Amino acid sequence: MTGSVWRAENVHVSFGTTPRSRALDGVDLEIRSGEIVALVGESGSGKTTLARVITGLQAPTTGQVLLDGEPLGTGQRALRAYRRRTQLILQDPLGALNPRHTVYESVAEGIRLHGLAASDPEGRSEAELVAAALSSAGLRPPERLFLRYPHELSGGQRQRVLIAGSLALSPELLIADEPVSSLDASIRGEILALLLRLRETLGLGVLVVTHDLGLAWNIADRVAVMYLGRIVESGSTEEVLQRPQHPYTRALLSVVPEIEGMEQTILTGEIPDPARIPPGCRFHPRCPALERGEASAAGVDEACRTQDPRLLPLPLPGHAAACHLAQVRAGAATGTATESGRTS
Amino acid sequence: MAEDAIVVDESLGSETLLDLRSLSVTYQTDQGPVPAVRGVDLTVRRGEVVGVAGESGCGKSTLASTVLRLQPATATVTGEVLVSGADVITMRWGELRALRWAGASIVFQGALHALNPVQSVGAQIGEPIRIHEPGIEDSEVTARISELLQQVGLSPSRAAMYPHQLSGGQRQRVMIAMALACRPALIVADEPTTALDVMVQAQVLGVLEKLVKDLDVGMMIISHDLSVLASSCDRIVVMYAGRVVEEGPAHAVFDRALHPYTAALSAAFPRVGDPAARFAPAGLAGDPPDPTSRPPGCSFAPRCPLAIEACREAEPELREIEPGRWAACIRVGEP
Repeated sequence: MTGSVWRAENVHVSFGTTPRSRALDGVDLEIRSGEIVALVGESGSGKTTLARVITGLQAPTTGQVLLDGEPLGTGQRALRAYRRRTQLILQDPLGALNPRHTVYESVAEGIRLHGLAASDPEGRSEAELVAAALSSAGLRPPERLFLRYPHELSGGQRQRVLIAGSLALSPELLIADEPVSSLDASIRGEILALLLRLRETLGLGVLVVTHDLGLAWNIADRVAVMYLGRIVESGSTEEVLQRPQHPYTRALLSVVPEIEGMEQTILTGEIPDPARIPPGCRFHPRCPALERGEASAAGVDEACRTQDPRLLPLPLPGHAAACHLAQVRAGAATGTATESGRTS
Repeated sequence: MAEDAIVVDESLGSETLLDLRSLSVTYQTDQGPVPAVRGVDLTVRRGEVVGVAGESGCGKSTLASTVLRLQPATATVTGEVLVSGADVITMRWGELRALRWAGASIVFQGALHALNPVQSVGAQIGEPIRIHEPGIEDSEVTARISELLQQVGLSPSRAAMYPHQLSGGQRQRVMIAMALACRPALIVADEPTTALDVMVQAQVLGVLEKLVKDLDVGMMIISHDLSVLASSCDRIVVMYAGRVVEEGPAHAVFDRALHPYTAALSAAFPRVGDPAARFAPAGLAGDPPDPTSRPPGCSFAPRCPLAIEACREAEPELREIEPGRWAACIRVGEP
């Protein structure tokens, strides 16, 4: 598969006046078509801002987004072409659909905006494109839904209509912000299965923004964990969720209700104000490993309080963490493995 | 069946705070009567946390509203709603007003919308105290507000703050403090952690758990999230299309569901690390039945992977499959 590559490079986004809120504070992320990446974190971690930057809805204050090595332009035309390839699927399908538009109108809107019926390589009409998009989203037979209004649909059907609206533009990357959080449990699996099927049949990439680690385990190839405007841990889903190295990821996993046998680490308080990011490691004021003395036992407590850790690879396959302690521990545990890993 | 339930009650020996008996609630609408709750039996004892699980439209919120007779006027209620032995359905207004807040209280979902934006949270927590105990000294109300805030893990200095100055988790704690204001024996929490992050959810569930232990109250938690209920409840009741389809000890219900609907709900919240859930999200095709035209027989049959012809003939009774575990499915326990 000749896939495309989206890359966010050292992206910063800040809002407001002094002290400025640093919603994103230096983020690198890469995603390829055919790949499902989960961006996880709590409210205020910056995950939705990052999704908006990658969609081209939010310009980075510094840093850039590249598609196949080309920086994302700022002109109207360039952005429009980019957004056709990179489609955002909103949460809350009831709010995102126009209540006075039929399903047909909702799905056809993007096709008209981008003039796709006139330029379709297979010469398909607008109605055929709408029908194809609805079918791809699992709404069959599509013609039966053309004249329905959002209030006549179930929650799952509405979410599928939104996805169909995106698919109508033949995108290469879908960005789904909490795609199932407002849906009932039994519908949730259907929508996630649809995302997996779209990756398989159309080779789409999917960036799914969620606070739900179970969802990441269900569908994602890779996971990036965000905290206060940074990615603090990333790697394959199995690595990050089964061998978490960052104390924040460990705490998040420990409070997932369905994980048994892991001692709960309930962090106190909430994510700090992004206008007042703590010095040193931004997680250190809430870090259970620092509080329990594990950091000082490893001799890194001073660094935790004063040095901002970078997201560095660990000597584990495809796994990176921004944590002084995780780096020291991984180095100590697999010191020789690192050497051999470098030479091979 | 009812007699069996009473025997179980006595064997545990603790006081029954809530006892719903053959409760049915029907909404009168332009399209005709819409049954929302159909013959539910449910008990909550002191010191016990009971979870009610189900999806939108299953009747779980209607069920909660009947505990304090908060259901809309268009609803017809039959059966009995006994709170500490007194029937809420037939109670006079004066008794009902005394019961609300002091006998039982509800923590509503959506804390941002349920709190008054132009009143400090301390004033809002104090309001039910002043109403229920007229003539109470201001200094005592202030002391009670401080104590309540501490019980939910907030600093007493928060009393002077307004809802917009608090985060979602803090607002939800204020809602819980309000529910505790008049020292009720029974607390009903309707989706107490929906819309909260996992970490804040864990904090709020921790607060609820501690309250049940420290204050020896009974609690009913309503949620669509079976995994949340499994981690915070003693017993779980699963509702579908207005009826109880399964009931049993929380972990047993979540880990080894008897009813195929419960199994589907449980699988929808995958265990991280479970290889069976990897790239295999579990779903359930179809939608819950339209309450105005329910299918004959088992309401779940049209979506059920195990349905056979007999399922479409008669609505299955809730029956005891193994000690303490009940399910309304004719296929459960088949050899």
